[in-house]
Amino acid sequence: MKTKTIKLHVWRQSGPNDAGRFETYTAENVTEHMSFLEMLDDLNEKLIADGKDPIAFDHDCREGICGMCSMVINGYAHGPDERTTTCQIHMRHIFDRGWDEVWIEPWRATSFPIRKDLIVDRTALDKIIQAGGYISIRTGSARDANEAPIPKPIADRAFDAATCIGCGACVAACPNASASLFTAAKVGHLALLPQGQAERMSRVKSMVATMDELGFGGCTNHGECEKACPKGISIDFIASMNRDLLKSLVVDRGDAEAPDEGG
Amino acid sequence: MATKALTLYDTTIGKKAVMAASGIILLGFTLGHLSGNLKAYAGPTEFNEYARWLRTMPALLWGARLALIFAFSAHIFSAFSLWKRNKSARPNRYQKKVDLATDYAAKTMYLSGPILLFYVLFHLVHLTFGGQLFGDGTIFGIEGYTWEPSNPYNNLVHGFQHWPIVIPYVLGNLALGVHLFHGIWSMFQSIGANHPRYNQYRRDLAIMLAALLTIGNLSFPIAVMAGYLEPTTLRFNFPELL
Repeated sequence: MKTKTIKLHVWRQSGPNDAGRFETYTAENVTEHMSFLEMLDDLNEKLIADGKDPIAFDHDCREGICGMCSMVINGYAHGPDERTTTCQIHMRHIFDRGWDEVWIEPWRATSFPIRKDLIVDRTALDKIIQAGGYISIRTGSARDANEAPIPKPIADRAFDAATCIGCGACVAACPNASASLFTAAKVGHLALLPQGQAERMSRVKSMVATMDELGFGGCTNHGECEKACPKGISIDFIASMNRDLLKSLVVDRGDAEAPDEGG
Repeated sequence: MATKALTLYDTTIGKKAVMAASGIILLGFTLGHLSGNLKAYAGPTEFNEYARWLRTMPALLWGARLALIFAFSAHIFSAFSLWKRNKSARPNRYQKKVDLATDYAAKTMYLSGPILLFYVLFHLVHLTFGGQLFGDGTIFGIEGYTWEPSNPYNNLVHGFQHWPIVIPYVLGNLALGVHLFHGIWSMFQSIGANHPRYNQYRRDLAIMLAALLTIGNLSFPIAVMAGYLEPTTLRFNFPELL
């Protein structure tokens, strides 16, 4: 079993108002079978034993589906492997790259204020969902599977968008800290399905307006988000969202006066 | 869901649509401009006749100029507004950041853009308003480069015999190529012109048009410096060009 000593430069910030700085640590006896987060757990045990403040980082499921973990590792959001979250990175992936020194930073965006160390507040993404990422009609009990016919390719595309776990890596990787891929995925999966049609135009307007209000940057088509996305969601969804938004400005009648259904 | 009364310019997406639409107008102009200028290869008489013909329709000429000024202003204004927002969306930069998808052209749009603006101003002062600004004197004080009001062909050819004209021209057109490489592809994305069957051709079209315009425009100084395009001794009298 391969064991290594890794030098870590970790962003430490005691709270939202602290300026923050990098601190250097040495992680010893790191095995290739440890996950990246286990390596940090191990380091934190040592820090606690030494009476120091452990490194705060977000994590939950540790199997790539919850969207909690969030770190920029040596310049890669969620680490260097494609279509993986931070928690799915193992130290052998780091060893394979020959990295003895690793820089760990939080997502950096005005709309994601840092709470502590590597933990950022991603409430902004919830606010975009609250602005329209749902269907407000009462759907009743579960219907027969084939009652609403949806072609397989459309269902697949909708699912591709729906795989978004809301981790915010798209924002982190975007040179403009834009939430376009996240918003496009949430707009997109509903826009493709029959249930989403009734509110399709008002939804895209409301979600885009909210995304802009929250201070995210605009999309300038770099494509970084798509590559950083642990689910590999395509920027084609951004183009589709753009088309729907532009269409909504032309064809959507009287939406501005429409009362809020309130859900 | 409560929706807001949005106008096109309210959203970042709307601003990008404005950039795409104005970009198409400007792209159309550069293509027309190049195709007209290729008359230089047909000879001085054809080139000068073409220049005169452009001035025989003042309403159309000024209509086009106004449309271009409008497109230029809209493009720059939207770009500036987005640039400011995008800067403030991430004030603290990463210590380390690896690019996975973006390219040189996309990252330098805010550099190639201003270069193009200055280049266009230079180009206008040089060839459009040169006559009025410098009178019959030397253009930009370049020795041996005098303005011939009725002879745009010679104004073009003589210009490219001087490095102070060639260098900004080459830099400006390289910036144009780089700007269009990202811009043309980007405009499809911004207005939502995407379809799985055609998406692969968007980048191809961007490369093709960017290359066509850059190579076409750079052919003029190359042809002059290689001696293929030579000044003419013919004299012209076109009052429209005065």
